[in-house]
Amino acid sequence: MNAFLALIARELKLAFRAGGEAMVLVLFFVMVGVIVPFAIGPDRPMLTKLSPGIVWIAAFLSTLLGLDRLFRADDEDGSLTLLRFSVLPLEAIVFGKLVAHWLVTAVPLLLATPILALLLSMSFEQWGRTALALLIGTPALTAFGAIGAAVTVGLRRGGLVAPVLILPLAIPVMIFGVGMMDPMTGGGATLFLLALSLVVTAFSPFAAALALRTAGE
Amino acid sequence: MTDADALAASSIRVRGLTVRRGERILIEAADLDVTHRGVLLVRGPNGVGKSTLLMTLAGIVRPEAGTIEGIEPTGLHLLNYQSGLKSRLSVGENLKFWRDMNGGGGPSVEDALERVGIAPLIDLEAGYLSSGQLRRLSLARLLVSPRPLWLLDEPSAALDAAGEALLGQLIDGHRAGGGMAIIATHHDLPLADPAGVETMVLK
Repeated sequence: MNAFLALIARELKLAFRAGGEAMVLVLFFVMVGVIVPFAIGPDRPMLTKLSPGIVWIAAFLSTLLGLDRLFRADDEDGSLTLLRFSVLPLEAIVFGKLVAHWLVTAVPLLLATPILALLLSMSFEQWGRTALALLIGTPALTAFGAIGAAVTVGLRRGGLVAPVLILPLAIPVMIFGVGMMDPMTGGGATLFLLALSLVVTAFSPFAAALALRTAGE
Repeated sequence: MTDADALAASSIRVRGLTVRRGERILIEAADLDVTHRGVLLVRGPNGVGKSTLLMTLAGIVRPEAGTIEGIEPTGLHLLNYQSGLKSRLSVGENLKFWRDMNGGGGPSVEDALERVGIAPLIDLEAGYLSSGQLRRLSLARLLVSPRPLWLLDEPSAALDAAGEALLGQLIDGHRAGGGMAIIATHHDLPLADPAGVETMVLK
């Protein structure tokens, strides 16, 4: 447990000191919200109607774009190899990195949703649903992403390969996430999204660790 | 040393080890033994497979054939050209991290840094260290969590004369505690006790 917490603490420290990298993703997220009203035009009811989908597109893309840094730095400086001799199994290490990555990428997005809600003239209730959907859905996106990042860690210029690779897997997250917006049928979608998130988060450390072991050879 | 009991009674036995990298067979049917307090020096020209041999023994590279007995992933330390150190973390933070990850049990972070001669740098970001100082910090990583087997790949690279002497002392201390080492090197290391030091030449 001590080692697990030490790993998460190190990831958080690195994220805050590297400065900005997580902020760039939030900025991207907010930028989409700023641009869309101009692209759609001054039609407030339409904007309100489209806003949950727009927030999801922004969150989806910014989460996928941040994936590349999950294992790459540790691979380049040799930490990833040395971590295989640590007291934690590689699966636990991947899980720890997942948790830390979610904390530094998804939580800032959640905190930025009120800004998007204002820009897209969302109602308070709509904002609440969107934020809840993102809270439930982003762990699944991060977990799928870990698999993609682990598979592509050996590629020198693999930056965009991982997002493309996991895009088909991540689309159900989007479907159920947007499905949660409907006040009538949203309950079922919520449960599906929860189930998806739990299953993927439980399963992905094993898949990603397998990919990392193979990549090391 | 309290860990002597844990480190003792281990020995390594490798039989018929064959390692392939791509199309090339680098190591063919190699046998090697390292006993309690033993040191095996692996020598040979560049590219002959010294590092690959160490990576295979560490369990990172899967051998084509052969058996490896007596090596556990949590019972070894690997020291190679990649430091595993983060330039944005301080010297102390880096070492503390590896101490936590590898189970600790050895000297404290401060004492280990003192031992390798970089104690005054504890609060400096590791990015400012010279490559020799980084190497010393990597050596401190081996000290803070005692483990029976050290796999050292060119450990004297970037070290000055005093650093090489220190490396010799650290290996001597490791052996005195019951540890073993497999070392790929081009240099003669200043080891106090030549008994139990064997050399393997890869061709």
